[in-house]
This record gives sequence, C-alpha cells and structure tokens, in this order.
Amino acid sequence: MKRLIVLRVVAKMLIPFMLLFALYVQFHGDFSPGGGFQAGVIGAAAIILYALIFGLPAARRLVPERLVETLLGAGVLLYGGVGLAGIALGGNYLDYFVLGRDPVSGQHRGIFWVEVGVALTVSAVMLEIFYLFAGRGHRFDE
Amino acid sequence: MSAEQLPALVVVAPLVAAPVALLARRALPAWMVATAACGFSFVAALALAVQVTSGGAVSYALGSWPPPWGIEYRVDVLSAFVLVLVSGVATVVAPFAWASASAELERERLYLFYALYCLCVAGLLGMTATGDAFNLFVFMEIASLSSYVLIALGRDRRALLSAYQYLVLGTIGATFYVIGIGLLYLMTGTLNMADMAARLSDISSTRPVLAALAFITVGVSLKLALFPLHLWLPNAYTYAPSAVTAFLAATGTKVSVYVLLRFYFGVFGTRIVLEELPMSQILLALSVVAIVTASLVALWQADLKRLLAYSSIAQIGYITLGISMASREGLTAAVVHLFNHGITKGALFLLVGGVALRAGHAGFDRLQGLARTMPLTSLGIVIAGLSLIGTPGTAGFVSKWYLVLGAIEAGRWWLAAFIVATSLIAVAYIWRFVEAAYLAPLGGATPRAGEAPAAMLVPAWILVAASVWFGFDTSYSVQGAARAAALLLQ
Repeated sequence: MKRLIVLRVVAKMLIPFMLLFALYVQFHGDFSPGGGFQAGVIGAAAIILYALIFGLPAARRLVPERLVETLLGAGVLLYGGVGLAGIALGGNYLDYFVLGRDPVSGQHRGIFWVEVGVALTVSAVMLEIFYLFAGRGHRFDE
Repeated sequence: MSAEQLPALVVVAPLVAAPVALLARRALPAWMVATAACGFSFVAALALAVQVTSGGAVSYALGSWPPPWGIEYRVDVLSAFVLVLVSGVATVVAPFAWASASAELERERLYLFYALYCLCVAGLLGMTATGDAFNLFVFMEIASLSSYVLIALGRDRRALLSAYQYLVLGTIGATFYVIGIGLLYLMTGTLNMADMAARLSDISSTRPVLAALAFITVGVSLKLALFPLHLWLPNAYTYAPSAVTAFLAATGTKVSVYVLLRFYFGVFGTRIVLEELPMSQILLALSVVAIVTASLVALWQADLKRLLAYSSIAQIGYITLGISMASREGLTAAVVHLFNHGITKGALFLLVGGVALRAGHAGFDRLQGLARTMPLTSLGIVIAGLSLIGTPGTAGFVSKWYLVLGAIEAGRWWLAAFIVATSLIAVAYIWRFVEAAYLAPLGGATPRAGEAPAAMLVPAWILVAASVWFGFDTSYSVQGAARAAALLLQ
C-alpha cells in the first residue's frame, strides 16, 4: 500500500492525532471515561495503522520488537512497583493513601502511575500480537 | 517489612519476578530471579503457616480498603497449608528446571519460560491466598493462561495440540466459574467470600444460588480434572516440558481442589451442599469411577509419563472421595492426600524428567534395564511409586489410612475394601516399571548416557525423601490437615 498516495498522506495526518488522542484518554481518565487500557489500545492502533500503510519493516524500525517486549514487562513492573511503594511507605500492598501528602493526592498519584503501567503493557501487548501475526510466513511490505 | 505484609508478599514476589525475568532477556538471570522469588514465597508461606497455627486466620486489606468493600487476602490453616505445598514444590522444581528446560527448550526462549513459570506460581498462590471470589477468578486466569503456554513449549509437536485442548476446556471451566460468581453477586451483592457466606445463609435454596453452585462445581471440576472432566489432563501432562509437568501435577489440580473445598464449606455451607443436595453421593460415584477407570487405563499405557498422568486422575479421585465423606476423617484424608500426592507425584515426574532428558521420552521401550544405567533414578521412582500405592512407611499410606478410617467411621465397609482393592491396581502399574527397569535385560533403546545430572537428581530426591519423611513424621501434614478439616466443618 506504500504507493497509494492518498492513504499515505491521510495516515501521516491521522497518526499524530491518534497518538495525541491516546494521551488525552490516558490523562483525562480521572474525569471522563477512559484510562490506561483504552489509551494503550489507541496508541497501539496508531502504530498498527502505520505498519499497514508503510509496511511491517518500517514499523519495526520505528518501534523495534525488543522495545515492545521491554515496554510489556516495564508496564507490569511499574504496576507492581506502585504496589510495593505502598508497602515501603508504611501502608499495605497497592495502598495509594500513603503515596502523597494527604490521602486524596496519594490516591491521585497511585492511580496515575498504575494507569501508566497499564497503558504501557496494553499497547505493547497489542503491538506484540500484531507483529507476531503479521510476521508469520509472509511479509506485508507490499 | 513486617510480618503483616506476608499475605500480599507471598503472591507479589513471583508476580513481580515475572516481568523482571522478561526484562532480563537472558536465561541465567531470569532463572535466578525466578528461583529467588519462589524461595522467598516458600519462606513467607512457612512463616504464615506458623503464624496462623498459633494466632488464627490472617486478614489483609489490599490497598487498605477494608473488606468486604476492598479485596481481602485471607490466610487460614487450610490456605497456609496449600501455600506451603505450592511454593515448596515451586522452589524444588525451579533448580530442576535449569538443567531440564535448558535441554528441552530453545535457548533464546528460556527467559520467557522462567517469566511464565513465575506467573503460574503467582497465579496459584494468589488463588490460595485471596478471600475474594472475583480476585480468585483473575488469579485462576493468570495461572491457567501461563500454564497453557508452558505446556505448549513442550518439545513434541503434539504439545501444541494438547495445550489447545486444555485451553478450550480450561476456558469453559473458568467461564462456568465466573458465571457462578455472577449469579452469587446478583443474589448477595458482594464478592468477599466470608461476607457472601453470611448473606447466603437465608437464601441458600433459591434457584440462582443452586445454579451458581452447579456452575461453580462444574467449572472447578474441569480445572481439577474430576472424572469425566479430565480429558485435557493426560495429553497436557504427557507432552509438556518435564519441569512443567512436575510442577503442574503437584500443584495445579490441588489448588483447584482447594477452591472447591472453599466454596463448598466456606461459601455455600455444608447444609445446602451435603444435606439438601445429593452432592456427596454424586462426588462419591464420580470418585469411585475415576479411581477404577483411570487406574485401569494407566495399566495399558506405553509411556511412563502418560501412565503417571492417568494415575493422577485416579489419585484426584481419592481426594474427592475424602471430600464426599464430609466427615472430619474424610476431609483430613482429602487435605492430607492433596499434600502427599502433590509431593509424591512431583517426585515421580521429576525423575521421569531425568529419564526423558537421557532417552528423549519415557516410553517403556526405553526403560528396559534402566536400573543398570540410571540406578538412582530407578530407585527413586520405585520409592515414590510405593508412596503412590500407599505402602506403610510412605506418605501415601498415611492418606489411605485416613481415607479407610473415614469410610469405616461412616459405616461403609465396602468403601474401605474398595480403597484397599484399588491400591492393588496401583501396585500393578508401578510393577510394570519395576519389571521393565529391574527384571528386563538391557534394551537396545535404553539410554546409556548414565544418570541424570545432579541438578535434576537432587531436587527429585528431595521430594522422594519428603514422601518417605511424611510417612513417618505426620506432625506437620496430618495435624495441619486435621486443623484444616476442623476449620471447614465449623
């Protein structure tokens, strides 16, 4: 699909907004529907669109598989780390109350980092699945 | 970190170790992280067991949200007993996995194996520690999904197919379980098991609750491979990598038995399960059929690993037989057999893993005269086999003893005779190994490379020694089980 100019131009215009929308869904999750899972899926969808239009090798250069795998683990580790931070600061596991100066800011901080972890893992898993399926047997270059 | 954090830490250690092993990307650091995490969980589980034996059940509010609103981890004598079994076996199997998985898996995938192993351990420990019915489902999925992949890593191409079979049946089981939880949530408005039990007492005979009981029974029975829902088990155990078979056979089905016990006695209550519904008769009938058919099928297997897989189905039958008695002796027998069979079968599969390493697989054609080339492995298989039969002086005897006591207590002499008679079938299938390894001349296909490496023999022999030790010293196993049985029948 690399030669179809309409697709290429439209995709190039869309992808930044998709990524921005992912960030919006991520950070507005406190006040409106959304959060890490949805943001992760939208972010991954932007990369998958890029892969569909510009080919799998281009996408792999942009987001190498090694990076995907690292993000996948880092997200879970971040989630677990927030939980352990609760213990380190004198609370229970996944205790957000102790993470800030007062319980409300602690809850904000805890849920923020947990959602970052969720977003990282979800987008990495989506990409990993796509790479695995797309990379099987034949190439999507053309 | 104080002792009150232990209920969370016992689960969190392997859960956090999994992404660390993934990020390590190399086999050796991944293995070290996995082993350290399992060891930490084992120590934590032992500390918890000491704590709950003296001080009663421990409740832990995850995220400091008090139960029943937040997720509660609740460790009592029964869950501590299962936690010790799961984390203990995980700790013994992890060193074994280094030699075994390195030989059976592709080198560049090894770190993924250890990450999955950690996840599976975390899932099983979480199922045991949690006091929240939905959290249990989440951990059940963590344990199941990782075990599907672990099984699919097997060297034989049929491993993929058996993992797929297990995936289909396991997903049906998990779905049934969550449907049951949905119905219970509909009726009680709570997911905390203790709270649920309190609210169910008035409405326990309503139709949604009965439907929930049916769904949960079938779903969990699929997971614990109760006859006739055992079809996923033989293939999964046969084709999985040796370390995975040993770990899952010793712990996977046992944790599901624990879940069944929790729901029957801790949530629904004995009145509805055993008095109003014929659950104990159904369980009794299925257990009897499971013991007879699976033992007989085991007799005709051409592969030792597959023989032991069928024997597992029969042994699970003994456990559910104990549950069906619903008496103090019966439940003690069920819980103690859960433990004894876990270590015995773990030992057997570890030793068979050694044979598979040297011979490629454990078909009987490769076992002819094995005692000459692998004497320690063969001796270990015989000793653990004696424990499987229930010979006096082994752990298996202790559980059979309590089962027979329970049967006599209930006035069912035929059942006592049945338990003894079916042990003879176990004698027959263990004899097949003795005949092949000790009495047959050295076969052409028998491996001549000598004993399995010490890294595999030592963990296996630790479990062999344990299955003898717990035949003589029952202060931990039987007393722990008796306390758990008393707790369940309260």
